[in-house]
Amino acid sequence: MMKLVVGTEAMFFICLILAFIYMAYNTGFEPHDMKALDIKTTGIFTVILISSSFTFWIADKNYQKGKIKNLKIWLIITILLGATFLIGQGEEYWRLMNDKITLSSSVFGTSFYALTGFHGFHVFAGLVLLSIILVLTFFDDFNNTNSNVISTAGIYWHFVDVVWIAVFTVVYVLPQFTKY
Amino acid sequence: MNQSIQIPEPASPFPGIGVSSDQGLLQWISSVDHKMIGIMYLLIALIFFLIGGAEALLMRIQLGQPVNHFLTPEAYDQIFTMHGTTMIFLVAMPAVLGFSVYFTPLMIGANEMAFPRMNSFSLWITFFGGLLLYFSFLAGGGPDAGWFNYSPLNEKNYSSSNGIDYYAMGLLLTGIGSVTTSINLIVTILHYRVKGMKLNMLPLFVWMVFVNSFLLIAAFPSLNAALAMLLLDRQFQAHFFNTANGGSALLWQHLFWIFGHPEVYIVILPPFGILSEVFPVFSRKPIFGYAFVAASSVAIALLAFGVWAHHMFAVGLGNTVDAFFSASSMLIGIPTGVKVFNWIATMYGGKIKFTVSMMFAIAFLIEFTIGGLSGIAFSIVPIDWQLTDTYYVVAHLHYVFIGGTIFGVLAGLFYWFPKMTGKMLDEKMGKWFFWLFVIGFNGTFLVQHALGMLGMPRRVFTYPDLPGYAILNLISTMGAFLMGLSVLLLVYIVYKSIKNGKAAGNDPWNGFTLEWLTTSPPPLKNFDEVPEVKSRWPLWDLKQLKEESRK
Repeated sequence: MMKLVVGTEAMFFICLILAFIYMAYNTGFEPHDMKALDIKTTGIFTVILISSSFTFWIADKNYQKGKIKNLKIWLIITILLGATFLIGQGEEYWRLMNDKITLSSSVFGTSFYALTGFHGFHVFAGLVLLSIILVLTFFDDFNNTNSNVISTAGIYWHFVDVVWIAVFTVVYVLPQFTKY
Repeated sequence: MNQSIQIPEPASPFPGIGVSSDQGLLQWISSVDHKMIGIMYLLIALIFFLIGGAEALLMRIQLGQPVNHFLTPEAYDQIFTMHGTTMIFLVAMPAVLGFSVYFTPLMIGANEMAFPRMNSFSLWITFFGGLLLYFSFLAGGGPDAGWFNYSPLNEKNYSSSNGIDYYAMGLLLTGIGSVTTSINLIVTILHYRVKGMKLNMLPLFVWMVFVNSFLLIAAFPSLNAALAMLLLDRQFQAHFFNTANGGSALLWQHLFWIFGHPEVYIVILPPFGILSEVFPVFSRKPIFGYAFVAASSVAIALLAFGVWAHHMFAVGLGNTVDAFFSASSMLIGIPTGVKVFNWIATMYGGKIKFTVSMMFAIAFLIEFTIGGLSGIAFSIVPIDWQLTDTYYVVAHLHYVFIGGTIFGVLAGLFYWFPKMTGKMLDEKMGKWFFWLFVIGFNGTFLVQHALGMLGMPRRVFTYPDLPGYAILNLISTMGAFLMGLSVLLLVYIVYKSIKNGKAAGNDPWNGFTLEWLTTSPPPLKNFDEVPEVKSRWPLWDLKQLKEESRK
């Protein structure tokens, strides 16, 4: 089921990404807005988000081996990494807003905030999901290793990371190779 | 030889099922039973069908004579927008999903959907999405930019009332409901089939629902993304579709039709499935070319994503793009044609019983083919340029939506009503309804082909008294009222049949599939046991076994 959810979500993000690309080739697009993005800082937060996928993978492995204590530790690390990414996104938004780049300032702002905002919202939803699982582990709900809740949540969490890789590539990396 | 399979039932009832049956409305509201939810979907479709039909009649009164001032242009805009939006999202979708949710578990020998509570969520969010859409009338005016809501008409500068915001929010909610139902249906079909029923033995209705669900979860996100962008535009001054600030009106058209064209297949594939059940049963023959009917649905689903720009030929996308979409649009006619030939071949040499259900199925073949052929005409770019935004389009789309979806749904209603209620729908009055509806339908829309070719534009609140316009429009209006009358007759037939209709028995049509194995209406737990499935017609096998053992 979660695979189907991820499939339909993927279509949603494909539409948003295509809208961003479409806007980038449109006449109203202001190249200097693009230059306001700081690929290095966001790159670091990208690495943090991707590493949270690995920590979740380790958490899942520990769960399957029945090491509940390790599961809790790696889950906490995953949640912290995800939260760090969101803080980084907030910091980036703050900086851009101070540069007068907002949702209504230009076409770039419109498509940038919509795309990254919807992704950030999905990260947040993932964090809520993981937090619920974490709380449940403290109530000993995952002492048996026969539940597929964690691997199902994993499908979603990895998906959110994969989407970010696509977004980062399109929004931050590819413009580096484009002349304006 | 004839082993039966115990159908598992959850040890404790889900919350909601436990409510005792004397609790009336509360029992319905709290229900998670797929049959009750299916019936509620159909009731929602019926209520909105009456509302949308009333809107259509208002339009036809306005267009009954030239230079009429029954409706103001503003009111006319809101009414045609709401008519289209209602009929597609709140009639066709709930009707199709209602049958899917009711009969998918029954036909695969399951007792419930995979996620009963999510099923209930889907129903109610669809319903509340519909209410939100209609709330716009109380909040200062309905949406008024047409059902496909083109930019820039959908922007705040051109539509300053809140109608389009309600349109966006209402459709987002119903869209979420449809996606969750589809996920539910796919998981149900994959995991809850009775033992022995391989995927290539699915009843064709279930097969179509299966393909359709994939189509739906792939197509709806595009609409949802477009609606989210529209809301950002209207509420937070974003510039997605605002051309004055560098946005693109064309983006809305692309996103909408990437959803919108698959959508027309989403509401036609399950009716195709209904017909694939109705034709064999009333011809007393197995379907001709099961594999072709099944595979052509997959072909339709895949091609559906490659034809969206044929709605946009008049935009000026360039000859290369136009040629590609012209060719792909002609291509998608082929798998549909394959199905039509399969159904005709199914009837050929069969012992045909002309029940109302079968009559609607046969009428479907004729009407839908007319709609299909006018569609093929549109795939030829110069013809499309000539006829775009005229009444020819209106005629075409009503021949596929009414002649296709609604006729299929009505065939399904007359076919499955006995199973859902335990009572037969009155066949004699049903035939009256059939003829009134078919004559009214053709009276309304056949002449609109001519009106379109005479150049009458759609979506304009009135027209000058040009030669031929007045009489053709009057015929169309009279046809519409005949159709409206027949729908009232249908409501009466349904009411009367539930009250004191003939008892149906478990299997009034001598059916082939598993839903006829249980009682009518089915108990809360559909089946205690089901025979092991060894073919595509499990109930037929069972009957033959009984016959043999009697000899």
